[in-house]
Amino acid sequence: MSLKEKYSEEVNAIFAKYENKRSAVMPLLYLAQREGGYVTKESMAEIAEMLEIETTEVASIVGFYSLYHDEKAGKYRMQVCADLPCALRGADKFLESLCQNLGVKVGETTSDGLVTVESVMCLAGCDKAPMFQLQEGDRVTYHENMTVDRTMELVEALKAAGKEVK
Amino acid sequence: MEHFLLRHLDIADINDINIYKQNGGFESLKKAVTIMQPQQVTDEVKASGLRGRGGAGFPTGVKWSFLPNNIWPHYVVCNADESEPGTFKDREIMERNPFQFLEGVALACYAVGANEGYIYLRGEFLHVQEYLDKCIGEMEAAGALGEKLFGTSYNLKLKTHLGAGAYICGEETALLESIEGKRGQPRVRPPFPAVVGLYGKPTVINNVETLTNLPFIVEKGAAWYRTLGTEKSPGVKVISLSGNVNKPGNYELQLGTTFRELIYTHGGGIPDGRKVKGIMPAGASSSIIRVDDSTFDTVMDTPMDYENVQNIGSLLGSASVIIIDDSHDMDWVINKTVHFFKHESCGKCTPCRDGNYWMLNIVERIHEGHGSQKDLTLLKSVANQVNGKCLCALGDFSTMAVSSALERFPEDFDKKVKA
Repeated sequence: MSLKEKYSEEVNAIFAKYENKRSAVMPLLYLAQREGGYVTKESMAEIAEMLEIETTEVASIVGFYSLYHDEKAGKYRMQVCADLPCALRGADKFLESLCQNLGVKVGETTSDGLVTVESVMCLAGCDKAPMFQLQEGDRVTYHENMTVDRTMELVEALKAAGKEVK
Repeated sequence: MEHFLLRHLDIADINDINIYKQNGGFESLKKAVTIMQPQQVTDEVKASGLRGRGGAGFPTGVKWSFLPNNIWPHYVVCNADESEPGTFKDREIMERNPFQFLEGVALACYAVGANEGYIYLRGEFLHVQEYLDKCIGEMEAAGALGEKLFGTSYNLKLKTHLGAGAYICGEETALLESIEGKRGQPRVRPPFPAVVGLYGKPTVINNVETLTNLPFIVEKGAAWYRTLGTEKSPGVKVISLSGNVNKPGNYELQLGTTFRELIYTHGGGIPDGRKVKGIMPAGASSSIIRVDDSTFDTVMDTPMDYENVQNIGSLLGSASVIIIDDSHDMDWVINKTVHFFKHESCGKCTPCRDGNYWMLNIVERIHEGHGSQKDLTLLKSVANQVNGKCLCALGDFSTMAVSSALERFPEDFDKKVKA
């Protein structure tokens, strides 16, 4: 189903917000990412058509910004900040030990497809390190002052929540 | 001391529109719109000496006066892209004191005759966007935004726009490109945004904290504002303190407060009995100030204002003070900063794009213990070839920590490299 069909009200609201059509590209890309966690080639083409620009241009925007993805990953992307201020407060050790607990390397997804662990740039949570954001579809949530134990509890909770829905 | 920006520390529920109103909320906007001419607002802000809090420290009122009066419409864009490693002040202001911030955006719009204001938030601040949208709705319902404000003919609409993770979008022309639905790459200047900005129209771009100062300046006047801070750097500043300190966080202090007061009185000193080794006062973009037994008192007694921090070889910038203790070596520190800038270079200018690639290569080699003395010379040379040779400041920023670390902490590198 196309974005226009699936999210017609939201698409209309996005276009109504901007005087210049092209400005709608970023909110549309978030919408496209909502369900699968990444922007499909079909969605890029549809957005390009709506905005009357080339699909390549849409793809270049997806490639430029770190919160857009063009490949499938885990249901949740656990994006740990390992920049200098967080690293001074132990973010590297946190990330390493988290990966050990989850049985993955940075960039990899847990075998059940639930969590992809990523190392990302500063998230403006420097005083609350170790911290990460959880990206799911078009949502991001912050998790601050974290320990590996608390993170593993969170992963268990996400796992349980996923089973309930099914 | 009373807080003027982090006002939630004095009045916990200042984020409730009714509490905000009971505490004088929207009175400044009403005063401006009903009894002041836009030029009078600009003049007051100019007289207050308020300087941009996003990092550059440019006088705010002067920036507004660059907008031509024969090209319309005018736009105000608030830069809420806060992405500098070590900076987390705008987030706290927007999350905890949103109405004062939005009143500030509205005042800037009125001053430059804009009927539309954009707030550009970094993509990670989705929760802030949703919160501000709700606050904007409440202000519209309360008559503090929307059509015919306070019974005048002035209309004002505020919109939020969400980025998607790109440090470069904090650079003002890249930010405009991003709102226009393009990759966030800086524009060639001139023309400056004041003349050719958003959608090709005259545009003022101000930081969150800068705008949050405005309601108090309009209410109490420029003379009052100048009683805070120093002569050349008037007012208060929210300082983000991070790294190796006992109590990291945001502290609203008068400009000119010393590093000693920030680090030891407010920040509670350094954990585990360690010593300060380096200070980065403007986040990852700063030159690293060396602190050792011989320089300790001079550095600690330096007032944090735009001039004095420069005098000890760095910049105040957005006042994101990162403390590095003596358990860390500087080759590790610059490995972190270069890694950041290599990731965030937008790719438009060759010196920045390729320079950061090569700097990272060399820095990693040194950090892993495979470097030689030649690598140190090469690293210095690459940094010099990036600095000053790009369209925007990101290239320069990427070299600050590298060049200063090599120059001021040579022993950290000498022990790492082979002769």
